[in-house]
Amino acid sequence: MEAFQQMLSQAGWAQGMQPWALSGLAMLFAGGTILGGVAVGAMFFIWTERKVAGYIQSRYGPMYVGHFHGVLQSIADGVKLLLKEDIWPTDADKFLFRIAPLLVFTGAFLSFVVLPFGPDFVGASLDIGLFYAFATSSLVVMGVIAAGWGSNNKWSLYGAMRGAAQVISYEIPLGLAVLPVVMSVGSLNLGTLAEAQRGWLWSWHLFNPIFFVSFVIYLISSLAEVNRVPFDLPETESELVSGYHTEYTGMKFAFFFLGEYADMFVVSAIAVSVFLGGWYTGIPAVDAFVPAPLVFILKSVFLVFVQIWLRWTLPRLRVDQLMYVCWKVFIPLSLANLFIYGLIRSMVG
Amino acid sequence: MNAYVPILVVMTIAVVFSLLFLVLSKLLGPSRPDPEKLTAYECGVPTRGSTNLRFYVRFYVVALLFLLFDLEAAFLIPWAVSFRSFVADGVGYSMFAAMTVFFGLLVVGLVYEWRKGALEWE
Amino acid sequence: MTAKSLELLQQRFGAELVEVDDYLGDASVTVRKSAVHEVLAFCKDEPTLRCDLLLDIAGVDHPEREERFEVVYLLRSLQTGTRLRLKTTVADGDAVSTVSDLWRSANWAEREVYDLYGVRFEGHPDPRRILCHHEFEGHALRKDYPIGKGQMCYVPEALLTDQQVEGSHALDVESRSGQLQNVDGEIASDLLAINLGPSHPAMHGALRVEALLDGETIVDARSEIGYLHRCFEKEAEDHTWQQIIPYTDRLNYVSALTNNVAYVHAVEKMLQLEVPERARVIRVIVSEMGRIMDHLVCVGTNLVDIGALTNFWYFFNAREYMYEVVERLCGERLTTSYTRIGGLYRDLYEGFESDLRFALTKVAEGVKDVTGLVQRNRIFMDRAIGVGAMSAEDAIDWGWTGPCLRSTGVDYDVRKAFPYLGYETYDFDIPVGENGDCYDRILCRIEEIHQSMRIIDQALKRLPDGPIQSPDRRVALPPKDEVYNSIEGMMNHFKLVFEGIQVPAGEAYGFIEGANGELGFYIVSDGSGNPYRMKVRPPCFPIFSSFTELVKGQMVADAIATLGGLNIIAGELDR
Repeated sequence: MEAFQQMLSQAGWAQGMQPWALSGLAMLFAGGTILGGVAVGAMFFIWTERKVAGYIQSRYGPMYVGHFHGVLQSIADGVKLLLKEDIWPTDADKFLFRIAPLLVFTGAFLSFVVLPFGPDFVGASLDIGLFYAFATSSLVVMGVIAAGWGSNNKWSLYGAMRGAAQVISYEIPLGLAVLPVVMSVGSLNLGTLAEAQRGWLWSWHLFNPIFFVSFVIYLISSLAEVNRVPFDLPETESELVSGYHTEYTGMKFAFFFLGEYADMFVVSAIAVSVFLGGWYTGIPAVDAFVPAPLVFILKSVFLVFVQIWLRWTLPRLRVDQLMYVCWKVFIPLSLANLFIYGLIRSMVG
Repeated sequence: MNAYVPILVVMTIAVVFSLLFLVLSKLLGPSRPDPEKLTAYECGVPTRGSTNLRFYVRFYVVALLFLLFDLEAAFLIPWAVSFRSFVADGVGYSMFAAMTVFFGLLVVGLVYEWRKGALEWE
Repeated sequence: MTAKSLELLQQRFGAELVEVDDYLGDASVTVRKSAVHEVLAFCKDEPTLRCDLLLDIAGVDHPEREERFEVVYLLRSLQTGTRLRLKTTVADGDAVSTVSDLWRSANWAEREVYDLYGVRFEGHPDPRRILCHHEFEGHALRKDYPIGKGQMCYVPEALLTDQQVEGSHALDVESRSGQLQNVDGEIASDLLAINLGPSHPAMHGALRVEALLDGETIVDARSEIGYLHRCFEKEAEDHTWQQIIPYTDRLNYVSALTNNVAYVHAVEKMLQLEVPERARVIRVIVSEMGRIMDHLVCVGTNLVDIGALTNFWYFFNAREYMYEVVERLCGERLTTSYTRIGGLYRDLYEGFESDLRFALTKVAEGVKDVTGLVQRNRIFMDRAIGVGAMSAEDAIDWGWTGPCLRSTGVDYDVRKAFPYLGYETYDFDIPVGENGDCYDRILCRIEEIHQSMRIIDQALKRLPDGPIQSPDRRVALPPKDEVYNSIEGMMNHFKLVFEGIQVPAGEAYGFIEGANGELGFYIVSDGSGNPYRMKVRPPCFPIFSSFTELVKGQMVADAIATLGGLNIIAGELDR
């Protein structure tokens, strides 16, 4: 937002505007940018997913729309979904059914506000940024439950129940895993967390053994947070037909879809700012002339790629195994990790 | 407080944007409902029995466990944020000891649930 | 063996036996209706017979007879190698006593006879129709049911009882307060009735299972089949022997080549026809190709059911190379119709061997990739080991054959037990599993792919030159020269074209090892140009009959994984 405000105050036509109007305008611009970024980004990830899946599976994926490797495929799909019939099942709970895609999309979208794309490129530099990001991602669970319950469809209900149990369970290791880093930096502000990793590559949190364990727990739990294979139980097309969004068509379905891919980016971006050095390249000299947002986005996209890669490599877990991994492996492990870090720091200082 | 205004703006944009597209899709898309199409999908066979029921109890147990642990984790967060300054002030050790008590309760709770079989799915 | 068992039966039940026959090496005994259960129980328990496997039950309709229906039991012993056919006759409206208490495989088999002929089975636990819709009127395989008569049926059958569906979650809590707690004192939750299939991503083909779920666990389940039923057996009665071959493609459409071989094998048995050596070797090659393609599909889709999507492509790419060979060989990919009675549709094309060897290297690569991805993968092992496990005794009781039976540790394979097409001269192993679970089934199939490749390799090396069609005038068209220049040749040609092959009157059961188990054709001929009765013994029919029992108490995800591993092909299941 600061970047926009700066740009505006330098622009000729904005001279002489009231400061409140200026910052209001900047907010609108920032919001618009985020919105555009989320929409385009999610579409880009959908395309990436299909291409990566294709190449992993020794085929091509989309090839025609947009001439170059089907780059415009997602846009074509978006238009198609826009023009599809909007079906309202007779038995659906109208309010919940309508609100669910909005919740999922808004939840994913709101998280973007706190992502630190660069020192000046952050929608809202909140001191509780990390906390806020976890909170908004919980909004997605509400959407999933609303969709599953509101559809009045048994498959959807199963998807919703599984989704809820899974996401809330994995929120615990997710939250506990980042705590050692928070203890070390003393802030929940994602920008500050990234800032703390300035310098050479080895100052990234990833290369601290304790934080590395945190990173692994975070990465795996985040897959469960965004319902990706091997934790795609809420959808499991081979079991639950399509899970919680079985009854959704057209644009409402598209919002679930966009929300999922936007969420993938959010969890990756958080991982980047907490563990992977934020917008720093790891070589101080290079940092000076490489645009920070570019570095940040590239790193996040790489993590998104890892998620896609895992999806096309692993089988999925069963619901009891999923719970086993969370409650009996990750929670004790992250608690131990936190304890050991606290012990070391309080002794060593 | 000012830092939260952008969130409000973005939220408004998000809701307006999604409503706009839902309305657009309503206007642009065809609307040819028929009774068969509007039934709940259950693999091509009419649904029997109710969908709104008392669902499998395990899911509620998970929700309860989550409430406990997440609350506890929420208490850990402010402590974690301040931990660095505790250490800087030289009270890190005692603050850690204080937290260990709370931490111990958390672990005892987990062990208890584990032993009681609350973490088993079956 | 057969002579001895017939002697034994005659000694024991002399008065009850109406007729004893040994036509074409198939021991066949006709018993009085009243003694059916007793004789069958004897066959099962007598140590020298030990017919532990009830392969199938077939009905035959002779409207002109007083007791118009024949019920035919096909028995097999895995221990003594006894093959026995037991028959009884029953009048319209009469009932035969059920043998579903002796073999669980009899349950569905008897339902099928009831469905298609209207023969009732006394004491049957579940006397419903099975292949035809429950609203269907009449019995399709009776000779007096017109072949062109279709019926429109709409209402889906309710599989679970209304009480099961509604009673488990009455809104009135007071009235069921007694049910609120189960025996462990835990709070009971409502049961949910849900339909898996017919249009479900994991129900390969169109199968339907109505399950009662307690959370993720399946408490009760009942299955329905018949969505792809087109009454192949009725069609067969209306076609000449050669014309039936294309219909066999549609049975197990995943390994159509193997079906083609199985059908002509049975007909040639009735004709007592020797096929030239080259045709025999080519038949071995194509049926092993069918087996490989079938296993690729089965394992690939099974892995998709578990969530490992990429493996599917590795297998399907390999299968695509195989299909290219099949396409060049037969002109079609899926509907091959490659065999002919007495030989083959056409000879191998130039370069077939190198094409096939290339395709097989691709298959080997695909198999290597997939085993690398899954065999030691912790998630996969957790999902597959111990899932859908079946003991060897139960598997035989249910009538399992093929890789599913072998995964339980029984090394029964028709290619070894009753060699045909010269399989005894090939060097190959029969992989067996230990636990009969999903993991063993997958590994068994993967190993069978390797063994099939070994067989193909040997067959390609020994492939002799020579004709591919038997010169026997009963099945082969005479050379053009004879047709034009001699009256006998012309008549021969005319008869074969207009009336088709004449198969001598009699009955026989010809069977081979299909990709999914024993694939048999029980054929009754009245000496005319069409079969009088043709009963297919599809391997997955008895396997699927055990599915609901297999998944009770399992989780939904496990049920899906189990189903994929059983390789149910609706085309041959429903016929």
